[in-house]
Amino acid sequence: MSKHKTARPAPSLAAAPADAAQILSANQTIATTEQTLHDKTTFGFWVYLMTDCVLFAALFATFAVLRNNTFGGPSGRELFDMPFVLAETLILLTSSFTCGLAMLAAHRQNKRLVLALFGITFLLGIAFLTLELTEFTHLVHEGNSWQRSGFLSAFFTLVGTHGAHITAGLLWMLVLLPRVWKRGVTYMTMRRLTLLSLFWHFLDIIWIFIFTIVYLMGVTS
Amino acid sequence: MSLLGKLTLHAIPHDPITLGGALAMVFGALAVIALLTYFKRWKWLWREWLTTVDPKKIGVMYILTALIMLLRGVGDAVMMRTQQATSVGAAHGILDANHFQQVFTAHGSIMIFFVAMGLMFGLINLIVPLQIGARDVAFPFLNATSFWLYIAGALLMNLSLVIGEMGATGWLAYPPLSELAYSPGVGVDYWIWSLQIAGVGSLLSGVNFFVTILKMRAPGMTLMKMPMFVWSVLNAMVLVIFAFPILTATLGMLFLDRSLGMHFFTSTFGGNPMMYVNLIWAWGHPEVYILILPAFGVFSEVVSAFSHKRLFGYKSMVIALAAITFLSFTVWLHHFFTMGAGADVNAFFGIMTMAIAIPTGVKIFNWIFTMYRGRVEFKTPMLWFLGFVVTFTIGGAAGVLMAVPPADFQLHNSLFLVAHFHTMIIGGVVFGYFAGITYWFPKIFGFRLNERLGKYAFWCWLVGFCLAFVPLYILGLMGATRRLDHYDPSMGWQGLFIVAAVGVGVICLGIAFQLLQFGVSIWKRHENLDVTGDPWDGRTLEWSTTSPPPEYNFAVIPAASERDAFWDTKQKRAHGGEPTPVYKDIVVPKNTPIGLLIAGSSFLAGFGFIWHIVWLAPLGILGVLACIVVRLADDDTEYTIPAEELKQLELSRKQPA
Repeated sequence: MSKHKTARPAPSLAAAPADAAQILSANQTIATTEQTLHDKTTFGFWVYLMTDCVLFAALFATFAVLRNNTFGGPSGRELFDMPFVLAETLILLTSSFTCGLAMLAAHRQNKRLVLALFGITFLLGIAFLTLELTEFTHLVHEGNSWQRSGFLSAFFTLVGTHGAHITAGLLWMLVLLPRVWKRGVTYMTMRRLTLLSLFWHFLDIIWIFIFTIVYLMGVTS
Repeated sequence: MSLLGKLTLHAIPHDPITLGGALAMVFGALAVIALLTYFKRWKWLWREWLTTVDPKKIGVMYILTALIMLLRGVGDAVMMRTQQATSVGAAHGILDANHFQQVFTAHGSIMIFFVAMGLMFGLINLIVPLQIGARDVAFPFLNATSFWLYIAGALLMNLSLVIGEMGATGWLAYPPLSELAYSPGVGVDYWIWSLQIAGVGSLLSGVNFFVTILKMRAPGMTLMKMPMFVWSVLNAMVLVIFAFPILTATLGMLFLDRSLGMHFFTSTFGGNPMMYVNLIWAWGHPEVYILILPAFGVFSEVVSAFSHKRLFGYKSMVIALAAITFLSFTVWLHHFFTMGAGADVNAFFGIMTMAIAIPTGVKIFNWIFTMYRGRVEFKTPMLWFLGFVVTFTIGGAAGVLMAVPPADFQLHNSLFLVAHFHTMIIGGVVFGYFAGITYWFPKIFGFRLNERLGKYAFWCWLVGFCLAFVPLYILGLMGATRRLDHYDPSMGWQGLFIVAAVGVGVICLGIAFQLLQFGVSIWKRHENLDVTGDPWDGRTLEWSTTSPPPEYNFAVIPAASERDAFWDTKQKRAHGGEPTPVYKDIVVPKNTPIGLLIAGSSFLAGFGFIWHIVWLAPLGILGVLACIVVRLADDDTEYTIPAEELKQLELSRKQPA
């Protein structure tokens, strides 16, 4: 917090009122300069991501409690197709990588590269979502829907909530990328690109946990 | 599936009491609409209030809504007390069992979510930016959205009285009772969506004020120089950030159980009802600390201001707040020792629960030491504080008693428990926010509240509270369980229930005095004007600006070099002249209706989900998304007040008309 470093002990007003007023005004920070806005927004978005993290923690805890409650139905070992899930995982990880490259391009003000790389990220996101929905329909068609057991309710909800977040991220790209195309990498679009990339990497981390806890631990136990 | 889902004409209430309540509410709303039209105030309402992003106005609207919801919650309390005082043996009181259950469900939900939370966020909106010397909150538009989501939740809660029903499950809707198999009606869905929408609003407010406090303090105000109210809010917001996502997830899962046939909490297909109880209390216990911590903050300000002394033990106060914040996440299981988690688990949670009494005790002693050798003025806020010390200590001791698992096995779900948590919530939270409203009223409106009527109200509340809840402690020890709509005369409980009913009557008298106090104070406001901006000889920065403050709070951002920054400035000012202010341009956010529209769409989505109206729910969600896109596309959200205009504004404001 840089503004605190500049704070000085208030001078004695009795000694030199005029001088004191100058020092006071030198210490002023105008509340809505772009820099502080940027600080606040990025920090606020981090805090929001942490609340989302707690939300996922609640869903993970629920899944951990219910994972063996199959009520005579199939368990993860019988249901999960690991090569398929690995493909999903690699696609999402690659999308995070292209998103990272896009942000590097954004820092270099390279608008076309930003759009191209975010375009790839978007397509990879769509591919991931398609695979996830394929897995879900497959399960439902075989009679293993969320109504089958507590375990499957927890599975569909945890993985589906992640999928809903991915959908939100894709919608966000749909709204933001045309603006970048129209206006270039401005202060405003840069800020929003930063938040979007934070969001996307966050979803990637959540997926790593889903891959480990739901799928890997599901087939090995 | 019909176009209106499960909604038919049967949803309109038929029994006389519900119908009466519903009609009163509908006519109340119509009367307000008629008055607005008659006095041609719609444009004013839209421009000044509905589209505002000024936290001071939002704070006023929070508190107004909370007070209206308080009247409804108290109405429920009166019905319950009447029922339990009269429904003995052959007599069956005024309510049937199902209606009684809906009443206690509505009472608890309304009081926690729409009264206590409303008062809390109201005071936070009003005071936190002023106390840290800021012009606004970190995200003004988000703040307005949070407020309107709270309103959308409150509207759904009230709508359940007119169309459909409330849950009959108790305020936390434990499954399997709250599952579709045992609660097939829309009551539980009303409960879910009312709380879900308001809860998301609270979560966003939590993020907003956390960032506001950490990023927007006046130059020089380091963390350890913040006013104690700001400290308490910071801690409460940390709890909001950690606890409210759990509520969102839990309500979501209960709704998935009820609507899509999932099996999270059902008693079959591998569901686990006790997991719900764990999850809801992992939110619920921090929630009660979310409510009480800002009340502690209010008391810290009030005691120090009316004792004309620095707060005793500032550092220990901060450490105590942090300790309570941390410990509040380690005690949730004490709400269900009877689950049978085993001796070790129960012992851990029992000890943690007792441990949390230590930092709370530190705070009580610090307040008392602040009074010691101070020049104590017994103004109304100070009376609320003294009433709080007595009631909260008694209630706290009862809590420590119940923290002993074997004792809790006897007292679990008894009226002793009901008496305990009402002692904490009324004696702690409600008294605290009443003190805060009285203390900060002149800052917001420019005139003080009538002292005499305030004192009458306080004494009615205190006496009524003791009459209403001391009998419940005794009844609990006599074996009376909570939520009884009928009992046998041989239990020997009726006398005490009648005393409790009289107590509620006395509390109602107190509320009447409060309403009268508002009325008389507004009527005779010229007798109590606050022209100095500092009516109590205050210590913190909110008293350094005028009452009421301008839209931008401070024309020149104050410097805070000491704790009790304004007190410090006043001491120095006594020795020399005031510095000439140097004005600079100010950037102010523009009004916007988008927050209101987001909440309106959420309300429609919630209504669609409750009644299974398949087109309305997605339409509402689309509405929310559309609002967000429109808002993000708008680059013109702020305007600038140039320095010269600011100077003129300040000159004209400081000269009384």
